[in-house]
Amino acid sequence: MSILNEISLRLEEGDDAAVPRLVGEALAGGAAAKTVLDDGLIAGMNVVGGRFRDHEIFLPDVLLAARAMYAGLDVLKPLLERAGVASRGRVVIGSVHGDLHDIGKNLVGIMLKGAGFEVIDLGNDVPAARFVAVARERDARVIGMSALLTTTMPVMKEVVDLLARENLRGRVRTIVGGAPVSAEYAAEIGADAYGYDCAQAVEKVKELAGA
Amino acid sequence: MSMTFLERIGRGETLLADGAIGSLLMARGLEPGAAPEGLNLTAPHVVEEVARLYLEAGAEIVQTNTFGASPLKLARHGLAAGAAGINAAAVAAVRRAVGRRAYVSGSCGPSGRLLKPYGDVGEQEMGDSFREQMAALAAAGVDLICVETMTDLREARLAVAAARSAAPGVPVMATMTFDATPRGFFTVMGATVEAACAGLADAGADLVGSNCGNGSARMMEIAAEFKRHGRLPVVIQSNAGLPVLRQGAAVYPETPADLAQAARGLKALGIAVIGGCCGTTPEHTRAMRRALDEEA
Repeated sequence: MSILNEISLRLEEGDDAAVPRLVGEALAGGAAAKTVLDDGLIAGMNVVGGRFRDHEIFLPDVLLAARAMYAGLDVLKPLLERAGVASRGRVVIGSVHGDLHDIGKNLVGIMLKGAGFEVIDLGNDVPAARFVAVARERDARVIGMSALLTTTMPVMKEVVDLLARENLRGRVRTIVGGAPVSAEYAAEIGADAYGYDCAQAVEKVKELAGA
Repeated sequence: MSMTFLERIGRGETLLADGAIGSLLMARGLEPGAAPEGLNLTAPHVVEEVARLYLEAGAEIVQTNTFGASPLKLARHGLAAGAAGINAAAVAAVRRAVGRRAYVSGSCGPSGRLLKPYGDVGEQEMGDSFREQMAALAAAGVDLICVETMTDLREARLAVAAARSAAPGVPVMATMTFDATPRGFFTVMGATVEAACAGLADAGADLVGSNCGNGSARMMEIAAEFKRHGRLPVVIQSNAGLPVLRQGAAVYPETPADLAQAARGLKALGIAVIGGCCGTTPEHTRAMRRALDEEA
């Protein structure tokens, strides 16, 4: 088994001691940081995301795998920056104003990081203006919004409308998700995409970011 | 109500619990993003009004507005220090509304935090938080406690055990939220109905079951599974379906008649406590009341 495969497997098992150690070994053995990221960490998170989507594993397994991924990323980050490896782009995520639920949003954030995006997580109860202001300041390519309450979904439309008023539509794309949200609703409010689950959300963000 | 809650359950009666509270509170001025539990102190008359609506609709179990009133959860709003007062005020408001005509059920939802090793909270800290809430609910005179919307069986067991130790003698219902998967029902944390049955009973629950996450058709399947795996009486509180889009707004599609039909089915299954969760209203409760009464 190659060391990259082993990184991926240990990540799937959530072994946050082995992953950074193996990442260090891979680098010492001459592997490029970008290769370790793509074929080790991201490959492992892709497997985890797929198994979670297919209900073969559950939230605890994803959280442990994420911790192992972060431990590996910590080792890689300085090297990636030195090598000038661009992230896939910045994504601003949050649960919309009025909504205090954040497990779904957190999962999407984990998977986006695992897919190589730089994620700016604004937390929950995020007002429309803050999504837009942060996306503008940080030059984000995508805003991802989550809602679990039917009563808070209109904030998603506020964000889309605000982007239009500030002439940012097209430069900053939008994706929405959450239990009461649907593709139909996304289309109705003019959002650029809808993510049914976190795996689909990552695929859609990749498309939106042109990555 | 001369008989106690558990005496009536023991006789094989089917009792009707109330429906959603948060949506009614929002319709009465609860700010989006604010802690609903704060209203127990700032607008107790509103909390009392909602409880009265459910009593008048025929609910025999009316819950307190304390779903997020454990100190760990209240800490998100900077209200942790006020937990005892919030729980006491919440029970008092429902008691004023229902007197002894319905049982006051102390609601206790998840802490909003994850236990180690997945999160950063230890079992001791989480248990302490639940015990503080349970002690306050018991001191204020609840007739029963309902641990609900749980997805982590360890957390649910901590809450049930907290009720057992800090609210001795108060009956405990414990319900978890399941997702339908191709391999059967699981909580997002991976608990099966069978594991929930055994784990909640072992922690000391008097009734076990499910609330939230599903409409009435799925809940019927979950109810049957609880009956198959456990010996304890079962409680089922269904959503009014899952939200669909109508005229640009997301709405819960199941009507009072739909939930009335479900109530008949659940009663036939031998479910002990039937109620509503997200999307249900006093109108749903009223229809369920009529459905449960017609066969009696």
